[in-house]
Amino acid sequence: MSVLVFVEGLNGEIKKSSLEAASYGSQVAQQLGTTATAVAIGEVHEEALTKLGEQGISKVLYDADDRLKQFVADAYVKVIAKAAQQESAKVLVFSNSNIGAAVGSKLAVRLNGSLATNVTSLPKTDGGQFVVTRGVFSGKAFADVALISDVKIVAVKKNSFEAAHNAGNTATVEKLSAELTDADFAAAPKETVMQDSDGGVLLPEAEIVVSGGRGLKGPKNWHLVEDLAKVLGAATACSKPVSDMDWRPHHEHVGQTGITVSPNLYIAIGISGAIQHLAGVNSSKVIVVINKDPEAPFFKAADYGIVGDAFEIVPKLIEAAKALDK
Amino acid sequence: MKILVCISNVPDTTSKINFTADNKEFDKNGVQFVINPWDEYALTRAIELKEAKGGTVTVLNVGEADAEPNIRKALAIGADDAIRVNAKPTDAFFVAQQIAAVAKENSYDMILMGKESIDFNGSQVHGMVGELLGIPSVVPAFKLDLVDDSTARLEREIEGGKEVVEVKLPFVASAQQPMSEPRIPNMRGIMTARTKPLAVKEPVGAEAKAEYVHFSKPEKKTGVKMIEAENAGELITLLRNEAKVL
Repeated sequence: MSVLVFVEGLNGEIKKSSLEAASYGSQVAQQLGTTATAVAIGEVHEEALTKLGEQGISKVLYDADDRLKQFVADAYVKVIAKAAQQESAKVLVFSNSNIGAAVGSKLAVRLNGSLATNVTSLPKTDGGQFVVTRGVFSGKAFADVALISDVKIVAVKKNSFEAAHNAGNTATVEKLSAELTDADFAAAPKETVMQDSDGGVLLPEAEIVVSGGRGLKGPKNWHLVEDLAKVLGAATACSKPVSDMDWRPHHEHVGQTGITVSPNLYIAIGISGAIQHLAGVNSSKVIVVINKDPEAPFFKAADYGIVGDAFEIVPKLIEAAKALDK
Repeated sequence: MKILVCISNVPDTTSKINFTADNKEFDKNGVQFVINPWDEYALTRAIELKEAKGGTVTVLNVGEADAEPNIRKALAIGADDAIRVNAKPTDAFFVAQQIAAVAKENSYDMILMGKESIDFNGSQVHGMVGELLGIPSVVPAFKLDLVDDSTARLEREIEGGKEVVEVKLPFVASAQQPMSEPRIPNMRGIMTARTKPLAVKEPVGAEAKAEYVHFSKPEKKTGVKMIEAENAGELITLLRNEAKVL
């Protein structure tokens, strides 16, 4: 019996959210007195696989089938199921990414397991139980949920666990072959289009997010958000009205019906803080609100606030941030 | 084209969330319920496809009788008929088994639902239904079109980009914006919805695999520290030295 962590590769490296899952998995393994194995899928260098030892992983299984470089749910599920069977894994850990959610629910059926997504705590395992805390009601509450099947699958919320980096620890790498057939790739994507990256930070993985609302008055003023984001190494986001008016793309919309983020720092510029927006951001560790209306409800949910004109304040922040030594 | 749209009955997005005194259940008192906003994207897209290509849209809810006003609302928006599986939706696996059982009886061309529900945020049911029925599930999709009578073309979101996927019917997909623009029912829709069929079925025997044992709310912020606009740069110093997030 061991803990199996599914890690996603991208451009040769392991995704940050998967490193967090690996750390989570090795802590669960420690709790249960066993070891943590990872199964890596996607494009990953051998060196990145070995380095999973830094997160406490002792062994990595890797299926080098080229067709796995792009995400195909059925094929990924087959590889993970094979690894789980080979390792007699009773606990599977994923990141709660779009890929993690897609394969997690299929695996739960295939392995007859209990699944919890959006998980924010290590399990309570005393007395043979397995209870995890997960975010519910779109960030407005938490629920403790008992996973009662023999096999437990946990999808860990991004940015909820810090990935450990114990330099020098290495994992052994073993080849895994799930004997994939063409049928497993029947639903393979025709085409994959990545957003223009130009060094930008991906919103779901970002540690710092700079977000703009209607108070910015129009898309032509978005350079304020972008410039501040750039100097802070942050991702950019926006409120629902902004994406509804097509000032910004939908994938930047943060809130109850957009994406939920939990960065270390969330800076809201010209966003009043409707309850639906707060639902998407209130698990951020530190919230800064800049708004010209001192009565904006967002100030009640903020750690730091500035009342004033964004067009005067943001340039000052950019200047101060540039002056910080890195 | 026969389309099944699964909807959840959830607290309105503006609701304050409270729990019963023992923190074991959600407190429905004084809460307005709506169709899960993510499901509305699926519902409207299904109606658009029906309008363009012909066919029927059936709405399915796994829930108790208090969900019926919102099932009627889905009919008023343009679905043709509805099924309610009369059971408390205890966990995702239980709900997925109910949906799969209905789907097996009726052979739909596509099964659509929202990316997640705004109450339990599980994002699990669509994948489970696909797996139970042995058909592809494309999640989360923000664009859905028919290429021909047997093939659909979807665009799904992946971290940092999108994928274009073509699948043979039948399939399961979960919806997110901007798949469609949700509609408000008009008077004619509301009138005709009253007489559209709403069948109530008893659940098939199924087990739940997760048990909710306790709910809690996040700790309130202790209070906001205000900085004068003239000294805005000071914020950056505080974020570095006090909050330690830069």
